[in-house]
Formats: sequence, C-alpha cells, structure tokens
Amino acid sequence: MLVWVNAIINGVLIGLAYAIAALGLNLIWGVMKVINLSHGAFIALGMFAAYLSIKLLGFSVYTALIPIFIAGLAVGTVAFFVSLYRVLNEKELSTLLSTYALSLIIIGLGTFFFTTNPRAIDTHMGSFTLGYSSISYARIIVGVVSLLLAAALYLFLFKTSLGKAIRAVSQNPTASKLYGINTTLVLSVSFGIGVAFATVSGALIASLFPFTILSGSVYELKSFVICVLGGLGSPAGAILGGLILGLLENILTLKIPVDYMPFIEFTILVIILLIKPSGLWGRR
Amino acid sequence: MQKGYTLYWLLPALIVAIIYPILTDNVMLRETIFLILLSITLSVSLNIIMGYTGYVSFGHIVYYGIGAYTSFYLMYAYKLNLVVSILIGGVFASLVAFILGQAVLSLRGAIFAIATIGINEAVKSLISNIPFLGSAMGLYFDFSIYENYGGAIKAIWLSYYLMGILTVFSVVSAYCIKKSKFGLGLFSIREDQDASSVLGIKTKLYKSIAYAISAFFPAIAGGIFAFKSGNIEPSGAFNLVKSIEMIVMVMLGGYGSIAGSALGALIYEKINGVLVVLPYVKDLHLAVSGLILLIIVQFAPGGIVGLLTKYFKNLRKVLE
Repeated sequence: MLVWVNAIINGVLIGLAYAIAALGLNLIWGVMKVINLSHGAFIALGMFAAYLSIKLLGFSVYTALIPIFIAGLAVGTVAFFVSLYRVLNEKELSTLLSTYALSLIIIGLGTFFFTTNPRAIDTHMGSFTLGYSSISYARIIVGVVSLLLAAALYLFLFKTSLGKAIRAVSQNPTASKLYGINTTLVLSVSFGIGVAFATVSGALIASLFPFTILSGSVYELKSFVICVLGGLGSPAGAILGGLILGLLENILTLKIPVDYMPFIEFTILVIILLIKPSGLWGRR
Repeated sequence: MQKGYTLYWLLPALIVAIIYPILTDNVMLRETIFLILLSITLSVSLNIIMGYTGYVSFGHIVYYGIGAYTSFYLMYAYKLNLVVSILIGGVFASLVAFILGQAVLSLRGAIFAIATIGINEAVKSLISNIPFLGSAMGLYFDFSIYENYGGAIKAIWLSYYLMGILTVFSVVSAYCIKKSKFGLGLFSIREDQDASSVLGIKTKLYKSIAYAISAFFPAIAGGIFAFKSGNIEPSGAFNLVKSIEMIVMVMLGGYGSIAGSALGALIYEKINGVLVVLPYVKDLHLAVSGLILLIIVQFAPGGIVGLLTKYFKNLRKVLE
C-alpha cells in the first residue's frame, strides 16, 4: 500500500516538472500554431546552464533558476527572429524544419563543447522516509517550484496587459493587429517565454536525474505526449497531462518493466490524436 | 500531362554511376555510391507522400525499419532467399502503411507530423521489447548465411546490384506516378484537399495508396542494408535523425520534384562526406547541417530546383 502512496507522490512531483516543459511547448503552439522542434535542445541547454552555474559560479541549482529563466527569455526571443520570423506564414513544413534546424545547431554546438558524456548535479538535499521508501526533498522542491511557475504564468496571461495581448493574438492574430497590438512583439515574447520554460524545466529535471546533451529529446517527446493528452494550446491541459504522465510512469512501472513505458506513451499519443485531437481537456 | 525530359538525363546518369564501380572493380567507390543510392531511394520515395500530397511524414523511417526487421528475421530464422525476403518486407511495410494511413492520414499538417513521430517511437520501443527479435540488442547473422550467395564478398556485390535496381525502379515509379492521372489527383490534394474531394477525387484512398507506395521502397532498402551489414538493432533501424535527414534531402533538392529529390540526396551525402572529413568541422557537422537547413528554409523554400527554375524557365521540363 505504501508503495502505491509513494508512487503517487513521486508521480505528482515529477509530473509537475514535466508539465512546466510542456507548458512552454503548449504556449508556442497556442499563440503561433508552431510545433517547436527545438524544444528539446532548449531543455538540454537549461540542464547545462544549471550544471555550469554550479560548477563555475558556485550557485545552488535553485538560485540559478532565475538567471536561467531570464537568459532563456532573451535567447528565445532572439531565436524567434532567427528561425521563425520569416516563415511564420508558410506551411507547417517550413516552421517544423526551421525549428528543427535550430535544434540541430544547438545540439551540434553542445556536443562540440560538452561532449555526450553523462553528468549529474548533486543537490545535497537528503530525503525523508515514508514507510519503507523515501522521498527526496529535491523532488518536493521541484514540484513546488513548478507549481509556482505555473501560477505565475497564469497570472501573467490573465492579469497583465502583455499577457492579455498574447491571448488575443492566439485567438485571432488579424483582429488583434487591427486593435493596435504589436503582434511581432507578442509573438517573439511568447516564443521567449516558451523557451524560458523549457530551459527552467531542464534545470529542474537536471537536479533530479543524470543527463547528457542529448537528453533533451526524451523530454521533448514527453512534452508532445503531455500536450496531446491535455490538448494542444491549453495551459491547464498541459498541467493535467503532466500529472497524468508522471503518475502513469510511476504507477505502471510497479507492475510492468520500465522498458515498455515509451511504447505505452506513444501509443497513447497516437490514439488520442486519432480519436480526440483536441485532447482530454480540450473543447471544440 | 505533357511529357518532360527529366528521365532522359536522370536515368542514364544513374545507370552510369551504378555501373562504373562494377567495371572498375573499385570497392571504395562502390561503398560511397551504395550510400548515395540508398539516400536517393529514401528521398525519392518520401517525396511521393511529402512532395506530391503535402503530408509531412516526419517518422517515415519507421517503414525502413519495419522492412529491414521483416526481411532480416525471415533470412535469420527461416534462411529464406534475400530477394524473396526483401520483397516480403516491402509488401508487409506497404500493408502496414496502408492500414495506418487509413487512420493517421485524416490528421492534417503539424498534427500528422507529430503522429508519425509517435508511430516511429512506439514501434521502436515495441521491438526493443520483443525477445525473438533480439530486444534492444538486435539480431546478428551467422556468417555462414553468406555462403548461400557465394561468400561474403559476392553477397556484398549482390546487395549493391539490388540497391541499384531498387533506385532505378523507385525513380521510374515516382516519375510514372507524377505523370499519371493518379499523380494529378495527389497534387490536387496538396493544393486543396477539400476542393479536390468535391471534384470527385477519392482523397482518402489516393492518400493511402501514395503512403503505401512511399513506404515500399524504403522498406526494401532497409532489408538490403540490414543484409549487407549483417546485423540489425532498433536504435539504428528506427533512427529519427535519419528520418529527418530524408526530409532535409527532399527540401534541399526541391519539394515535389523527382530530379530535386535525387539531387538533394546526392548533394546532402556529398556535404556530409566533406564535413565529416574536415578536421575542425568534424565535430561540428551537425551544427553545419542545421545551418544549411535553416538557410534553405528561410531563403530558398523551393530548394535547388526551385531556385534554378525561377531564373531559368527553360529548365522546367528537365527538372521535374
């Protein structure tokens, strides 16, 4: 029984971190109908940013989150102009390839500088015991930070004027332009926020698991599954999807070998796309 | 549709390239040309679904993997002949594509692309867990299997001939499809699916058939490649990076054009070959190919053929 409780707690905590990664992907899809294939590369960048700020600057991983978020925002805004600005009105193929090209560049440079050796961050946080098994404090912090970030995104989108502009553009770009919204600014900032969420989630995940420069793609694919579960473009759906995926991973692996997990995840992805493309949470 | 001249230069060029290593008995050149032929087959067949109908099959390598696994297993477990096994592998992969196509081709645009990535990852992970297919470690040939083909050296030559035949066959089929009424239907789906369905084109059937055909050639190529290398494993057979390389080749050459896909494959292989050898660029070759892709997508979405036909209108009939 306690094993199950433990799996549920761990599932919720890690699910929240996945949800942060998926929120970034989802925001970009919602605002500009672009599937950001460089998402995984930015997650990996976040992991290495956290690693380097600990090794070189001596920060703790949690204080590093703030500069990582700001840097992600800046890099993401620049990345928007480099890769997407010119092709935003073209067919999906162009935006998919353009973001994928960006990912190739980042991963290529990353492999060059960091090699593909695995690394890990030691948070020295310890854990407490619950029955027979233990839950680490690092996981709890990750869960709490993720919740705070999700709440901050909600407040930003619904209470600030820039956030409202983002929502307006995602509903109707032409009409928002007519109302005097600077759509280029809105699009670039939303891409920046999406990337910032990717890098922060990378840093959070790096505080829990070992990683390489190529690990980003694993979490990118998880983010796809989450977005599809919760509905592409719906922020609340991303959190729900993240929780479902985290719980599935932790509960199912009590009964079946962990190797089957990717198969189950992607089968769910394809089936949901086929029967309810708007996601479990989605309207329409 | 009016007849063009593409095949008049493309086919002879291909055949000369295929025969040259055979006549000179040059093994190094044979290996290079083998890889180029493989790339041409992959990009020309991806072009049938991606270039003709506009459906971006991001995980197209799944059919290469399915074909490779099917034929490899038939040779491995039942000692079936190479040619028979790869044909079975090709037909099986087309069948899978046709059935999956019934479902996933109803999705459009980016959602379809994500679904195909999902299919590739699901199949890869499923095969990594099947014990009789060797799980994640894959399967290895017993070396004696090559004895049936007159030793390893002859077997490698045999796989080269087969790859040559396959490439010629795939280019000719892609051309015939493009010039047929069926091909015209596919292009109309690319331009406006709803309108073409109103005009009486059975869009679902057309798309599924195109998808099945575009799965057939990669599956056979996978079978030949697995036979030649003597082993197969899930991460190599269902490699998403290779899948995206196929798309890059089609984009580089020019989307929708057969000559473009073939040229794109050739140039991409050449660029890759050069980058891997250069001392400083070697570790950066991923980043450099990303940069090339970014520049094509941003500034020349029609690829090389698109650029050429824009400035030299007479080339249109030659570069279909």
